[in-house]
Parts: sequence; structure tokens; C-alpha cells
Amino acid sequence: MKPGKQGKDRHTELGLKEEDLLGMYRCMLLARFCDERQWSLNRQGKAPFVIPVSGHEGAQVGSAWAFERGKDIFCPYYRDMALVLVAGFTVYDVFLGLFGKADDPSSGGRQMPAHWGSKARNIITGSSPISTQVLHAAGLALSKKIKHEDAIVGTWFGEGGTSEGDWHGAMNFAGIHALPLIFVCENNQYAISVHESRQVAGRVYKRAKGYGFPGVVGDGNNILECYKLTKEAVDRARAGEGPTLIELRTYRYYSHTSDDDDRTYRPSAEVQEWKRKDPIPRFERYLKSVDVLDDSVIEEVRGATKVEVTEAAKTAEAADFPDPSTAAKNVFGDIEVV
Amino acid sequence: MTVKNVVQAVHDTLHEAMMLDERVLVLGEDVGARGGVFRATMGFLDDFGPERVIDTPLDECLIAGLSIGLALDDMRPVAEIQFADFIYPAFNQIVSEAARIRYRSNGDFGVPMVIRAPYGGGVHGALYHSQSIEALFAHVPGLKVVAPSTPYDVKGMLIHAIEDPDPVLFLEHKKTYRLIKGEVPDDRFTVPFGVAEVRRQGDDLTCVAYGLMWHLCLEAAERLAGEGIEIEVIDLRSIYPLDMDTVLQSVGKTGKVMVVHEDNKFLGLGAEISAQIGEQALSELDCPVVRIAPPHVPAMPYSPTLEHWYLPDADRLEQEMRELASY
Repeated sequence: MKPGKQGKDRHTELGLKEEDLLGMYRCMLLARFCDERQWSLNRQGKAPFVIPVSGHEGAQVGSAWAFERGKDIFCPYYRDMALVLVAGFTVYDVFLGLFGKADDPSSGGRQMPAHWGSKARNIITGSSPISTQVLHAAGLALSKKIKHEDAIVGTWFGEGGTSEGDWHGAMNFAGIHALPLIFVCENNQYAISVHESRQVAGRVYKRAKGYGFPGVVGDGNNILECYKLTKEAVDRARAGEGPTLIELRTYRYYSHTSDDDDRTYRPSAEVQEWKRKDPIPRFERYLKSVDVLDDSVIEEVRGATKVEVTEAAKTAEAADFPDPSTAAKNVFGDIEVV
Repeated sequence: MTVKNVVQAVHDTLHEAMMLDERVLVLGEDVGARGGVFRATMGFLDDFGPERVIDTPLDECLIAGLSIGLALDDMRPVAEIQFADFIYPAFNQIVSEAARIRYRSNGDFGVPMVIRAPYGGGVHGALYHSQSIEALFAHVPGLKVVAPSTPYDVKGMLIHAIEDPDPVLFLEHKKTYRLIKGEVPDDRFTVPFGVAEVRRQGDDLTCVAYGLMWHLCLEAAERLAGEGIEIEVIDLRSIYPLDMDTVLQSVGKTGKVMVVHEDNKFLGLGAEISAQIGEQALSELDCPVVRIAPPHVPAMPYSPTLEHWYLPDADRLEQEMRELASY
């Protein structure tokens, strides 16, 4: 089957235009190449700490694409590089954060890399303790509801995050108040080293039922499926029909962070098996099947994107570090502590 | 000017704040239909409706985390933790999140929220309805911690807290709720944070306290005046920011200092005040700083004899003051 540009193909059914597909593809590639670059910078001793995204690009870009940028609110977790690229981060921003530079939009070099945040892009600042952002998302969604604003809130976390009390508290409250809130679980089956079977009793998506709202599960490496499930949830939330829990099943290709070694807990055959399900080649096959891209254009786009990423990393590396005299600023809004 | 007790001042000030600014809302356990277990939000549900008077599930972590989200969207949440003793499930949200959000975002985000928490003992509340939590939280940069204990200060500081750009832990001593009465101006006014109040002038000894304790110190000081001993009593009102200027000025006058609090002695506020006096005014001291505070036991026990053993009272303070003044 090859419906072509005139045919009724999957993305058209979902309301996605060709420019959406290209935008989604670009964000996936940017994330993947940024990740590869940051690991090589880590090995060169130029980036002390790396939190990888590879493998999650389909889940992140597909789910984030269903939100309205400039209006809706994103409460991500540290794995969400591809997501924040959708939400308005540039690759230069990503590398500023990686190097801890003064212009890092998330924190001005105060937080570890990948602790995303930017008021201008509606990305709420995050921390390292797991699932704390899920309660902030509930508060933001409550605020939007009280103010009768059209905006909705999305929050992302791993399956490990669903063990925290914060997560259950937010699910409970969102259910009670029918909040305009989408819970997106990027289930990569490992919370650092602990397998899902030791983390989650039952299934993640089924937990929503206990809190009185829908839970759905999908293939996190199928970007269009991730988009579809999230778009349906977003439409329901915007219509005042309350929250949804979406479980997107995926896999991370690297260790948890650059300080972890996944060979101590994951069989390499399993990693290889999941690499065959890589969301990026899979989307490329789709794009070819509907005549949006062909092999030569794909090669061209990949090459140009890699160059773009390398250049951004170089520019960010040359950017200024924060001035130590500013390190005690912004503790309080109205008190200088030093 | 109206005479009120402390909890009436809390109630009326919150009510006025909600009338004036629709971004202000209250949330917590039993704040709605019940009007709060101490009646601090009595009648609010009828006056402002369930969207601004939110009975939350029994989940302190949620109360704090939700408040952060509301504040991030420019609301002005005033959360009630039913008893300060129950605040620990919210510790991570307050300490790791609320307190650090401005700093970690380099000023991009701020969290203007207030957490009200009835604290303190002397009400037969035992281990879990008597605790003083100020040292735990005042240790955390990014949090403001205040403990007003007159109806006047409660009004002025609660208005200030709601207008403050940062998270404020607003501690209300539950024994003062109905015990302490005073005149409160009907007009709107604020009492700034970080400004202590000298409640009684004296040349012989500086007594530094806050909450219920300064009221007891004042009672003891008045008794000693009959013996010709003049005690200066300072009510800190604000734990962080801390007004050391007023304390140091008084130390310069008296040369003797007693710090009194209900919170545990070890690493309590008295330790910080003593250290700062040592750093900045050692030569002014005639004798070591004395700290009157409970011993290193987990919390106030229940039985009247045990509670009395734990908590300083005016008799004991009088005796300690007399002893120190004659040093």
C-alpha cells in the first residue's frame, strides 16, 4: 500500500500536514544528533555529565506535537531533550546547558544539563527528584481551569516516576477535579537499573482507571501513534473532559546517564532488539512510503542536520561561563544574600 | 481599630485578601465545609466558592506541590498545613522545589506562595500536635520563615506574606490563637519581614524569643521588675530574614543574652543567634549566651507532668533570668 500525496494516508487522517511531518522529523534528528554529539564531548572530557534521549524521540516528539506551542504548558523530566526542542529550545540552547554556560536558558549554568526550563517557552523548570513536576503540572492545570483559560498542561515522566507519592497525588487530584492535564509516561522499562517488573505492579496505563479517568497505551517508537493518542487526549482535555494517562512503551539506547553502565543490568541482545525498532528509521520508512522524502533527500537532511548540531556545539563551547560574582543572585526576589 | 485574638486576625486578614485579589485562594485539609480545624477559614466556602476554597485530599505533598503550580501561573495560593507536625510529606516539595525554583531557574520563575502552619505546644498535643519546625525550614535558602504572635503582627505579616515574591512559611502558634488578644487597625497595613520588635526595654539582660515564648518572657520580666531587674524582651517575629541588628544593639546595652525557644536546642535558632553574637559582638558580652530550649528529645510528651518538663514556663524563665542577671 502506498497512498501517496493524494491518497488518504495515516498522517492526513490525523490532521497532520506535510510541514508537520518534516518538523517532527527534524526534531527527532536534532535530538539524536545532539545526543551523539554530547556523548562524544563527554568522552573528550568537555562535558562532565550527559543525560541521553536516544530511543525516546518518537514518544517525545509525537506526544509534544499534539500540544499548542505558545499556549499550552510543558512540565517535562530530564530525559526530554526532543520534547523541549519541539517546545522551542534550539540545539544551541541544549549545548549551552550541557557546558553550563551563562546563557543556558534553563538555569544559567546552575543546574546539571537536561534540567529543562524556560518561562518564555512555557517549559516549567524541573529538578532531579523524581515526579515532583507532576504535582506542579496539576497546580498549573487547576489554575488554567479556575481562570477558564483554553490552555492545557502536559507532564512527562518515566515508569519509575509512577512509584512516587507525588505522582499518585497528582493523578488523584486530576481525577477529582477533571483537570486539563495529560500524563505521559515514557516507559523505557528501566529506572536506572530496576526493571519494570520490579517497579510497577500491574500496568502503568491501567492505573488511570483507579483514579477515574482514561488510560491508554501505545507503541512509543511509532511517532504517529504517539501523536494520535496524545492528540485525542489533548482534544478531550481542551473540551473540559478531564485528564488522560498515556503510556508510551519505548527504550533508551544508552545508559541512564554518563555515570551509569547499562551493561551491568541489561542484556545486550535486548538492546540490539530494540535498536531494530528505532523510531527514526521507522519514521523515515513512513515518510518514503507517502512520498514526502526519498533516500537522497533523507541523506541530505541528515548530513545538514549533523553539521548544524556540530556547529551549535562549537559555538556553545566558546560561549562565556557565568561570572562567579552572580552565583548568589536570585535566591530571593527581594533580598540579596551576599 | 478592633480587638481580636490571633486566629480571628488570621481569618479576617485572609478574608480581606481574598476580597481584594481574586488570585488569592486557600487550600488544605478541611478548609472548606469545616472552615479549618482552628476555624481560620470559617465561612470562606460560602463567600468565595469551591474554586477558591479548596478542600484537598489528605496529602500534604500534594498541597505544597499544587501550590507551587498555582503560584507558577500567577495565582497567590495560601495553603494550610493542618498541623505543622504533618508537614514532612511536603518537605521535598517545599525544600527541593519551592525554595529552589527561583535560584535554579536563575530568576526566570518565582513561587509566590504562603504555607500557613499552626505549630507549638502547651496544648496537650503531644508528639504530633506540638512541634516547632522553624529551624528545619529556616536552614533552607530560598524560604522565608515568620512567626508572628500578636493579632496586629499576624495581620501585617500575612498581608506581606501574600504579597511576597517568594515562598513563605507562616507559623502560627496554636496556643496564641485564642489566648492572645490585641487591637488591630481596620485599615490595610503591612509589617515587614526581618524586623524584630522590642516588646520591653531594659538594661540588665536581653531576652530574645518569638511565638508564645516572648509572651512568657514578658510575663517573667514584669515580675522581675519588682525586684529592680530590668529585662529587655525582643520578639523576633521573623526567623528568616533574621533581624540581628536589633539583637546586637540590645546586646551592646545589656551585655547579657538569653535566647528562648520551643524548638530543640541543638542547632535551633538560639545556636545561630549565639554564633552571630560571638562573631560580631563578643567583646560586648559580660557572660556566655544562655539558651533556654527543650532538650534533645523527639518532641513534647503528652502527660501534663512530662509536658511541663519539656516546655519552659514563666516561672522557670523568671528563675533563669534572675540567675543570668546576677552573673
